[in-house]
Amino acid sequence: MNREQKQTAFQIHPSDNVATALGALEAGRVTITGEACAPEILAAEPISDGHKIALKDIEAGMPIVKYGVPIGTATVNIAAGSWVHLHCMRSNYDERSAHLDLMTGVPVDSEYE
Amino acid sequence: MDFQTVTWQAYARAGGRKGIRNKVLIIYTVECASFVAKEISRRLNHPDVDVIGFSGCTDNDYAIRLLISMIRHPNIGGVLAVGLGCEYVQPEKLADIAWQEGKCADWLFIQNEGGTRKAVEKGTAYAEAMLRQLQSTPRVSMGFSELVVGAECGGSDYTSGLAGNTVVGAFYDLLVRAGGTAIFEEIVEAVGLLDLLEKRAADEPARRQIAATYKKAMQYCRDVRQYSISPGNFVGGLTTIEEKSMGAVVKSGSSPIQGVLKVGERPRSSGLWLLDSTPDPHWMQFGITNPNDNEGLMDLISCGAHLVFLVTGRGNVVGSAVAPVIKVTGNHQTFVRMSEDMDFDASEMLWSSQRLEPLAERLALLTADVCGGQQTNAEKLGHKEYFIPYKYQDKPAGTCKERWEQKNVGI
Repeated sequence: MNREQKQTAFQIHPSDNVATALGALEAGRVTITGEACAPEILAAEPISDGHKIALKDIEAGMPIVKYGVPIGTATVNIAAGSWVHLHCMRSNYDERSAHLDLMTGVPVDSEYE
Repeated sequence: MDFQTVTWQAYARAGGRKGIRNKVLIIYTVECASFVAKEISRRLNHPDVDVIGFSGCTDNDYAIRLLISMIRHPNIGGVLAVGLGCEYVQPEKLADIAWQEGKCADWLFIQNEGGTRKAVEKGTAYAEAMLRQLQSTPRVSMGFSELVVGAECGGSDYTSGLAGNTVVGAFYDLLVRAGGTAIFEEIVEAVGLLDLLEKRAADEPARRQIAATYKKAMQYCRDVRQYSISPGNFVGGLTTIEEKSMGAVVKSGSSPIQGVLKVGERPRSSGLWLLDSTPDPHWMQFGITNPNDNEGLMDLISCGAHLVFLVTGRGNVVGSAVAPVIKVTGNHQTFVRMSEDMDFDASEMLWSSQRLEPLAERLALLTADVCGGQQTNAEKLGHKEYFIPYKYQDKPAGTCKERWEQKNVGI
């Protein structure tokens, strides 16, 4: 076991088009472990611990695949190496998540008055 | 390792059931009686005295079924029901059920006793007498084949699906192979996964139950506009309910699903069961719902779970009344930051899938220790949360329903 494994992301299923950051990633080379299809990818931007990195270019309207199943749909064109989260994808079921703060997840649609 | 040979000393209950704790349960039957119930427990200051209650004055079939399932729970040896005196839920009837189960039981109305002080003194004396009587509860050997466990997740992050739930799922497989019973819930966290669940049905009736439960849960999520994903989940890297769902269902392991249980319904055989805790549509449709982690834990315990796992990524601190809660995290930072609350670190899974079997076996040994009396961290800290809301659920099918119908003939 190596907790110091830097710049690593975990691909769960061979058909996935995203991998999960095992620790905060900086822009640059990232090693892919798990069911990796390629040994590494270039991160285009910093990606927080546990967040997703695109393993290939994903067109708007195409499914985001993790665990080998669609976990939502791309809302814009996503370039390989980009951070994948609420700003570029949405749930196929839950409409509310589109109204949450990107960084904190805090709802911005509830009125406190 | 052969888990069929692992045993611990349990508490024998009338009718042959076995408990892993030997508790007195104080139940208040309306919010107005909650202070007296909690004050009795505070004065006794005993780890084996728990309090639960229902806060509404108007009763609710679902809440009464939930209270009764706690009275019948094998971890409970004695029941003290405390009412104010005007409410719909009747403490005398609850005490009667405990008597019928062969348990110590008493009840009181605060109004009849003459107010707070007198009710607290009398209730404390009743509960003290029960604690003394429970000291002579017969001890008996118990193993995994007689154990019922439940699991749910709370405060999930990306590690839940990769490590925490994965290890609990592997333990579930091990438990089922040893002849035990495992329950998982959170059908509202199986969004998009109907095919996968249907394929795991043990038989055609189970498949139909799973499909109907899934369909209802999806309608519920749409109607109440609540999906089971929280701000903390998003910060932790989970973007959609579909993503969280894949990680959540992993905790059920890979055994065939025997069928679907309603809240308060005991599994009809050993093996893996899905618990449906989602409200059923009723005259207010689904009504206003207030789900939370403690409600989920209560629901699992109501089905007879001797102990429950709470898998967390970002960290949760809760325990539960009635049954011990083992907190598992796949996030090493959380395990270190909240070390006094976390019981088990599953994070090694993130670095090597070779670790799955050894981690599941380690979790099994911890489970056996907790069954044998070792306190969980939540128990050490005094966590005894509970949550019993107004809810509507159709009555469980099968023998329970038949019994219910028979009971109501002639009313």
